[in-house]
Amino acid sequence: MSIKNREVIIMSIILDIIVMGLIKGSIYALLAISFSLIFGVARIVNIAHTAFYMVAAYCIYTVTNYMGWSAVPAMFVAVILSVILGMVIYKVFLNPIREHEGAVLIATMAIAMVFQEVMTLFFSGSFLSVPNLIDGYFIIFGVKVFYQQLLTLCAAALVMVILMIFLFKTKLGLALRSTAQDREVANLMGINESKVAMITMGIAIGLAGFAGAIVVPLEILEPHMWATPLVMMMAVVVLGGLGSLKGSFVGAYIMGFTEAMVVFLSPQGAFLKISVALLIMIIVLLIRPEGLFGVYFEEER
Amino acid sequence: MKWLKSNVFVPVLAFVFVMFFWATAFAASDEIRIGVIGPMKFIQGKSQWNGAVMAAEEINAKGGVKVGSKMMKIKLIQADSNEFLSITDATNAMERLITRDKVHFVVGGFRTEAVFAMQDIACQNKVIFIGCGAASDELCNRVAKYYDQYKYFFRGTPFNSTALVKAAFSHVGSTAEVLRNELGITGPIKVAFVAEKAQWADAMVPAVQATLPKMGMELVGVWRPSPVATDVSAELSAIQRSGAQIIFTFFSSSVGIPFARQANELKIPAMQVGINVEAQKAEFWQATRGQGNYVITSSTYARNVECNELTKPFVEAYIKRFGEVPTYTTGTYESIKMSLVDTIEMIGTLDPDKIVATLENRVYKTPPSTIMYVKDNLGRHTHDLKFGPGYATGIASQWQDGEFVGVWPNKWKPAPGVEVTFKGVKPIKIPPWMIKAYKK
Repeated sequence: MSIKNREVIIMSIILDIIVMGLIKGSIYALLAISFSLIFGVARIVNIAHTAFYMVAAYCIYTVTNYMGWSAVPAMFVAVILSVILGMVIYKVFLNPIREHEGAVLIATMAIAMVFQEVMTLFFSGSFLSVPNLIDGYFIIFGVKVFYQQLLTLCAAALVMVILMIFLFKTKLGLALRSTAQDREVANLMGINESKVAMITMGIAIGLAGFAGAIVVPLEILEPHMWATPLVMMMAVVVLGGLGSLKGSFVGAYIMGFTEAMVVFLSPQGAFLKISVALLIMIIVLLIRPEGLFGVYFEEER
Repeated sequence: MKWLKSNVFVPVLAFVFVMFFWATAFAASDEIRIGVIGPMKFIQGKSQWNGAVMAAEEINAKGGVKVGSKMMKIKLIQADSNEFLSITDATNAMERLITRDKVHFVVGGFRTEAVFAMQDIACQNKVIFIGCGAASDELCNRVAKYYDQYKYFFRGTPFNSTALVKAAFSHVGSTAEVLRNELGITGPIKVAFVAEKAQWADAMVPAVQATLPKMGMELVGVWRPSPVATDVSAELSAIQRSGAQIIFTFFSSSVGIPFARQANELKIPAMQVGINVEAQKAEFWQATRGQGNYVITSSTYARNVECNELTKPFVEAYIKRFGEVPTYTTGTYESIKMSLVDTIEMIGTLDPDKIVATLENRVYKTPPSTIMYVKDNLGRHTHDLKFGPGYATGIASQWQDGEFVGVWPNKWKPAPGVEVTFKGVKPIKIPPWMIKAYKK
């Protein structure tokens, strides 16, 4: 093999890793940041978080396949419906038991299972898919990248920028961050902690629904599709530090790039990508138990 | 709540239990209860159930099964094994079929890991179990090694992994010949092997590494994605870089859908051939949004392809009843009708030991094949299916513009002087982007 050919292959592998890592990382970031928001503000470990991601995906499938709508309005419908569903569930099931963390954990697990079984009831276990927003691909350094992948990446990046602006440049965002930092003091400063928790839940579910909406053309829909992202999302949150938005962001890309590197550098071991990513999380926790950007819980309180 | 503690409650409860079990036992004597176990929320299990329903309806419409001098109707009992998610659920479902529902026979099972456990339970209880989904050789190796314990197990469909591989190699060979003839490719055909990381496919890797060079082909790489991977563009990029002309696939789970879809979306100039269970289903076309075109997979049925004189009537009747072409797990149909019922009527008893002794020596036709159960090289019964021309060969089908068309065997030469072509097969089609890439 000539040196030039080898260089082209290496470049294309690097580019593949970058593209795949960015896409995976962005999706994990959307899920992990929204999960961290709920945990930070409302102290809810929402196991059903990725189940909303699944619900949004199925909404899009239903709206595009049975109502004949195009994908973009279907995505809006899916996100809105997910948010409404999330807020109702929070108000009816979670808010009354919010102080009992164990009960909340179990309740959210039950909610996720209910969503799964409802999807199975309506759609059976069949594997379904949704059309791309944009078909086709472009070639860069010999690597074929789908336009849909690029669109997903850009949409995820845009939403994260908007979220960061919201959290750091608006009064409501300040209220959210304050409540996440210290609920009691935020209450004392006049912030309606309960209302903030409800708004946070809505935003977080909206983000999860949006993640489902933008990734669904790249995924296969089936009723258990929420389980793997849940594992990765929890790993990202733990790696980054529970409740830390910055940690979730960085952790997401570490996991995303780790997965991409395993797949491209070890094709026969591609099925181990999640195991390797989780191993990295364990190693980091052994060195720094509070996660990359977390704080010791004793210090926090 | 005083009544709960009263002296009446316990006797009443006991009476209810006794009535329940007595009623079950009483109802049992006039019917043959056949358990159909499988992942019922998925197409594999649904097909198993549909095949069984069709068999039961046909048999009962004729008055039932003649057992000695008595006519007995068939009653099917569905059990959802949930085996994709939980082996424990599968074993629980089998236990319930045998202990609570008191079935005489069981057909079904899909995932190899689950079927091993189900096999143990059925055989411990001396209930004949015909497997209609799992391919592992070991299921029948157990029959040979521990005959007295496992003799109640028979393979219904598909043939075992070793035979599946042989069939798949034949499909690859036929495809390679088409590529050479139509694209003028000289030199070894380059093959990329992609097999999901699952037990049944593990043995394929060394087999492929050993066999492809003997067939005059070059193995350019091995990829093992997760069975439930939803994005395989990484693997496909690497496969494209390898210059593969054939992508030899071994998929039984959902990964078959994104793989087919993304390979076509990326216009990889290679033919996908092998086993892609998802591609056998009618929903595949929708699931890939029409991007599953030109995918070739081993299959059992395709419309208008006739393995023997029973094939077409069965396929047409199934399509009329259920609106789709049957998949291989509808093997419950012939397992009930031809394997079990015909044997029962021959010997006039439901005694499992007598049924085993007769069935294992029978040679009989079913819609997809002629069944003969082979012995191993020590002469021991394996209750495994004989693979080869005149027996079970399966077919290969290709998605061609929305139609699932039989393309093999088409002038297949399994041995010198032997050529096999099934009625109704059509020529293999090459993707236009591959033709364009190679004719440049």
